[in-house]
This record gives sequence, structure tokens and C-alpha cells, in this order.
Amino acid sequence: MKKQNILLLLAAVCVMLGAFVFAPKDAEYGGTDDAAETAIKEVQPDYEPWFESLYEPAGEVESLLFTLQGSIGAGIIFYVIGYNRGKSKNANA
Amino acid sequence: MKKSVKNIVMFSALIVLFMLISSQSAHAMHIMEGYLPPLWAGIWFIVFIPFFILGLVQMKKIVAENPKNKTMLALSGAFIFILSALKIPSVTGSTSHPTGVGLGTAMFGPSVISVLGTICLLFQALLLAHGGLTTLGANAFSMAIVGPFVGYAVYKLALKMNVSTRISLFLCAFVADIATYFVTSVQLGLVFPDAETGVVGAIVKFMAVFLTTQIPIAIVEGLLTVVLYNLITSADVEKAGVFK
Repeated sequence: MKKQNILLLLAAVCVMLGAFVFAPKDAEYGGTDDAAETAIKEVQPDYEPWFESLYEPAGEVESLLFTLQGSIGAGIIFYVIGYNRGKSKNANA
Repeated sequence: MKKSVKNIVMFSALIVLFMLISSQSAHAMHIMEGYLPPLWAGIWFIVFIPFFILGLVQMKKIVAENPKNKTMLALSGAFIFILSALKIPSVTGSTSHPTGVGLGTAMFGPSVISVLGTICLLFQALLLAHGGLTTLGANAFSMAIVGPFVGYAVYKLALKMNVSTRISLFLCAFVADIATYFVTSVQLGLVFPDAETGVVGAIVKFMAVFLTTQIPIAIVEGLLTVVLYNLITSADVEKAGVFK
């Protein structure tokens, strides 16, 4: 099972590296919602969003908040796994 | 024991790697704030709310059944949090992120995800200007309702056909991810029909934007879901029973 995890993670990395290889040469890696926005502009050039985000973080702050989001998730997951592991270890001892 | 610690370290390292790759400023996906006219925003909210209530009821039942399920619910929600923070570059030269709904769907069924997924969408709409409050109903409908329900159907079908739990789980996560973006394409296509090809043409156009980006990402999502399944079941054997 441990070996399987390593293989799975390797496969995930390979898929992503593959994405870099097959991506167009001058890729800028904008988000797909920007791409969707472009598509919308093509179809309906005069559409104006009727509601603005209440708060829009600057680029660097956005990265921070995204990382925070991931960290909250990671924190909870590893807490739960660690807690269960400790408990089953105690039960065995 | 030592090896499993190594696994956790590797998993964390991978997450850091994802985040470094994706740290360039870029929005990812979900329908942007203000991009659905009030009528459509309202319609999707009306469709979404009954599922949300159903999810709350279901969640209460699950916790009452066994208080231990609370931690597993938290874990399912946390997985959605992590995966939707991973902006992964794709073959199209743009980034998008997984949805992470497959794990919780397989554990507790699709309806609880309508609550867990919405919490995540709300976080992103309020703090990241990613998705939006007016489009929350539409985004929740695609990511937290249709995705999980389709994924769950595939998961159950695969298990019934005697496919192993891991492969069923992979399929569940993969299909849920793809279904989410399929719905997003339909939602946008309905609002922005193409001048020549109409609604269907527009849907195809948005699918070209979202789905081609999403396919490799959905594969990564499926793989990561199985990794976490392995970690959960190795950490606590009795928890393996959570995956029916």
C-alpha cells in the first residue's frame, strides 16, 4: 500500500509534467475562468458584470490566501490521520 | 509505521510543490462574480437550496448515528479545501483546480457534499474573489451537487461490477470533476448563446475551454483521492469500513 501511494504520487506528477510538455509554447497559465471570460467577450462583447466581488485581494495576497486555504485543509487531514494513528497505537499497546 | 510517516511527508511535499507551481497570480475557475444575470443567478439558487437543506439533514443524521463520523466529515471537507486550492497547470496552457468531492461522496453519499462544498465555495468567493456570491448557487449546483451525485452513481455502479474500491474511488473522483465542468459549460452556454450556433454551440465552446483543461486535472484528482484513501485506511483499519 505504501509503495502504491508512491507510485500514485509519481503518476500524478507525470500527468502534470506531461501537461507542460503538451501545453502551447508560449503558455501563460492564466486561469480557465479568464479563458471563459474571453469566450464570453467573443460571444457577447457588451456584457457587463452586474455585481462586483466585495473584496478582491492583490495577486500576492491571493497566493497567500490560496495557500492558507490549502493549509487549513492539510492541517485538518493530518490531524485526523495522526489522531487515529495514535489511538490505534495506544489500543495495541 | 516509519514508511507511513514517509508517505505523509511526501504527500505534504507534493502539496507544497503544487502550490509553488501555482503561485503565479491567476484566477482559476467557477463562474465569476456578476457573470450570471440576476434571473439565472436566482434560478440556480432555487435549484440549489433544497439540496443544501437535504445535506444538512443528512449530516445531522450521520453524526447522530456515530459521533465519530464528525471527524471523517471534517476530513472530507478538508480534502475539498486542499484540492480546490491547488491550481494545476494543464495542457491548454491555463490552470484550473480539482474539486475534491469524490472522497466525501464515497464515504457519506453525495448529499453532504452540498454543504461541505458550499463552505469551500463561500471561502473562495469571500476571500479570494474567486467564483462569487451571486453565482454561488450556480457554482454550488455544479461542484457540490451534480458532480458528487454523478460521481456517486459511477462509484456504486463500479463497486457493483466488482471493480476494486480504489479504482471505483478513482472513477468517482474523476467523473465528479468532469461532470462539474460540464455543468459549468452548460450554465454559461444558456446565458451566452452563440450568435450563429445558439445555445448548443456556446456550450461546446465553453466545454472546449473547461473540459480540455480539466481532463488531466481530473486524473490527478483521482490519483490523490486514492492516496488519501490509502492513508486513512492504513491509519485506522476500522475506518476502512467507512467506505461502503
